[in-house]
Amino acid sequence: MASDSIAIHPAGVATRSVSERLHDWVVTVDHKKLGIMYVVYALFFLVIGGIEAMVMRIQLMRPHNDFVSPQVFNRMFTMHGTTMIFFVVIPVMFGFANYLVPLMIGARDMAFPRLNAFSFWLTAFGGLLLYFSFVGGSGLYGAGNAPDMGWWAYAPLTARAFSPGHSADYWTLALLVSGFGSVGTAINIIATVICMRCPGMTLGRMPLFAWLNLVMAAMVILAICPLTAAQIMLCVDRYLGGHFFDTQAGGSAVLWMHFFWIFGHPEVYVLVIPAFAFLSEIVPVFSRKPIFGYPVMVAATVCIGFVSLSVWAHHMFTVGMNSYANSFFAITTFAVGVPTGIKIFNWVGTMWGGRIQFKVPMLFCIGFLFQFLIAGLTGIMLGTAPFNWQLSGSYFVVAHFHYVIVGGILFALFGAFYYWYPKITGRMFNETLGKLHFWLFVIGFHLTFDLMHIPGLLGMPRRIYTYEPGRGWDTLNFLVTIGAFVQAVAILIFVANLIISCFKGAKAGNDPWDAWTLEWSTSSPPPAYNFARIPVVESRRPLWDIKHPEDPDWKYE
Amino acid sequence: MRCSERTRILVSKATGVVVLLAGFMLAARLCFGAAVDSSRSPNIFKPESTPADSIFNLSLFVLTITGLIFLVVFSLIVYSIVKYRGREDGDHSEPPQVYGSNQVELAWTVIPVLIVLILFLATARVIQSVQDAPEPSTAMRVTAVGHQFWWEFRYPKLGIVTANELHVPVSDPSHPTPTFLTLLSADTDHSFWVPRLAGKTDLIPNHPNKMWIDPRETGVYLGQCAQYCGVEHAKMLLRVYVDSQEEFDKWAKEQEAEASSDSSAEAGRRVFESTGCINCHAVRGTVADGRFGPDLTHLMSRDTIAAGIAPNTPESLRKWIEDPDSIKQGSLMPAMKLKDEDLDALIAYLGTLR
Repeated sequence: MASDSIAIHPAGVATRSVSERLHDWVVTVDHKKLGIMYVVYALFFLVIGGIEAMVMRIQLMRPHNDFVSPQVFNRMFTMHGTTMIFFVVIPVMFGFANYLVPLMIGARDMAFPRLNAFSFWLTAFGGLLLYFSFVGGSGLYGAGNAPDMGWWAYAPLTARAFSPGHSADYWTLALLVSGFGSVGTAINIIATVICMRCPGMTLGRMPLFAWLNLVMAAMVILAICPLTAAQIMLCVDRYLGGHFFDTQAGGSAVLWMHFFWIFGHPEVYVLVIPAFAFLSEIVPVFSRKPIFGYPVMVAATVCIGFVSLSVWAHHMFTVGMNSYANSFFAITTFAVGVPTGIKIFNWVGTMWGGRIQFKVPMLFCIGFLFQFLIAGLTGIMLGTAPFNWQLSGSYFVVAHFHYVIVGGILFALFGAFYYWYPKITGRMFNETLGKLHFWLFVIGFHLTFDLMHIPGLLGMPRRIYTYEPGRGWDTLNFLVTIGAFVQAVAILIFVANLIISCFKGAKAGNDPWDAWTLEWSTSSPPPAYNFARIPVVESRRPLWDIKHPEDPDWKYE
Repeated sequence: MRCSERTRILVSKATGVVVLLAGFMLAARLCFGAAVDSSRSPNIFKPESTPADSIFNLSLFVLTITGLIFLVVFSLIVYSIVKYRGREDGDHSEPPQVYGSNQVELAWTVIPVLIVLILFLATARVIQSVQDAPEPSTAMRVTAVGHQFWWEFRYPKLGIVTANELHVPVSDPSHPTPTFLTLLSADTDHSFWVPRLAGKTDLIPNHPNKMWIDPRETGVYLGQCAQYCGVEHAKMLLRVYVDSQEEFDKWAKEQEAEASSDSSAEAGRRVFESTGCINCHAVRGTVADGRFGPDLTHLMSRDTIAAGIAPNTPESLRKWIEDPDSIKQGSLMPAMKLKDEDLDALIAYLGTLR
């Protein structure tokens, strides 16, 4: 083939030893390899976080169960939350952004390839540090253990009096280190989108995927910095005699809550905006129509970015803020629903009048639409401060945010996996297994998370390792656990499909979905340099223009 | 082949819809089933006190609005999926390319903004009515202190100190006698949540909070700590006894008294006062004045021990003193390792603390 004659693909590529190939991955600064590494790393932690979730569900299957001790249960929910947020969803979103943003804007790499590699390894190291606490958490005395103060690490549970040993420190350092990695990648994404676009690609012609990741990256910088500051203050408290959060010495537990949630709420949008980005690429292609209301979609995203910076204290309606503060955070929380609703309407507008193809990626996106709608509506209920006084800290909240993260973000992610799998591996996945995965996961998801709302309404608090029989929670919890098993089976099918198809899948070709953005114009997988010749674009859908020279987009934009 | 594929897709879709509907019906049945056969369920939709009522009414309003939004958007999505699904009629041309419409965008921006305004007004009204309610002079005052992993209740006007089981008088709407709680914490964050009486409010060290209840019906209301507070967060249960005014006065009178000095349990009293018990527990009228654990002056007036997790019987008291971990693993009460005869004597003594 032609590529044989290109110097960077020497003929002897197949005979290189495993260690040489491994070395290539370790020292790489290629955005595609780093993207794949981010994704694989996140998948690994997804399985670990999933196992932790299963341990909790088995324990809660019936009242007074003794599958694990309270100490182990508390470590499980702390590690599950921390892992899923910091070491699954953030890295996997960075992975897709890394892989796709340069390809979509017609660039050959990210703006700062070395910073990119540095950021990935920081994040990777952070995850290892967190899990090292299982062996090293208590320092030299006694066996190690993982942190058990919940993933919000509310003061004063993190004070040395309540968290002796070093498990809390591993948690702090893991988040500190991976936080630096996140900020590095965020700067990189911003610089890439601003500076590396190919000729003709104005901001107004950029794929929505790039736009949304630009907003996401800006929010990462704004959200991670207060968290990093708070982690340093916590270290000062624990080792240098500080009293920021030390309530026994006049410190403030509420201060930590503000720091944590001024990170924590924008963080939700950091996770969900990339999911919006996936939908904004996948839904148009499988509806065979351009995205409905492109400028409004951009405006709504930027608007979400700003408004979401002023909603953090809706996590704190029960901590005793005054009625004015509660009212303020209630209205900002409702307000953020407006641009989010606009996005849902625009995706429906995109499907409206289209010719919808129910391929696996589209199925997951449709699942997203339904579930994200429900998640948004339970979010309105939680934003109603007085209703929140009942629902906060109950299983209703757990059901709500899993609806966002699993029903919304994870569904969109699965869609993205199936959609770009042919581009990344060069092979098609197995469509039947994909559909099986989808239906099993839908059933498991609804069994688990629909029912999980109800114990919350019946007064079941979250983070309890056991509960009393006879309160109306027993049957529901049993069914929720059954649903968790169904989801676990579906995830195994997904992982098996990814691995098997990588070796046995049919060749995908450059453009299996008949799509319109630049990544589909190069080979699958793309060469290290992405494009032999830097493309020049004239509209938002450069491949449409090539495929339909009689009716190009640039005439209408 | 195409035809069979389409049938298969239709069948799988139909199955999905049936499963979903079955799921919703099951959920509804479970919800109502639980509400019917379990009067002990701390169901937020069965309020018995003004703050819980206001929240309940607001929640019905919000559920109606969100329910309507759900119906509209759900139908829109379903309609567009069914109507605009790709048909297998050999037509592979692209549909008309539509880029957007400013009128439509304006409509689906303005309508949600109006809904937000309505929701906000309703919410702000309830926030104000619950949070800023004036405290009448007839109100009872109680200070609740959260501990790892139990509740301390102090009645400053009455001089009563008790634990885990809060007694309050019923509040007759014509002569309201609400109870105003000051919420403190001795260690980590906790949250006071009795769903049928009020929403939850956190107990945060160094950050006093307030809440109030005015229960209309007598009875026992269950709740538990709703903010993760450490190992045994799950076993920090909460019981609120709403008594008639006469019953409450009788209870208060008994609680105000010093501990009974029943000479029949002198041996047990010696065990109690000569081992570690008095470091943490108080028995008014004796040398025991510890504050780290629950006040035991009128221990026998309580139905449960260990923050509601075990019935207050000699057997469970025995188990609790011998090995607290067997009832509540990680509780801060140490195993006392007493000889059998000392343990018998101690339990006999505790039995006199009426």
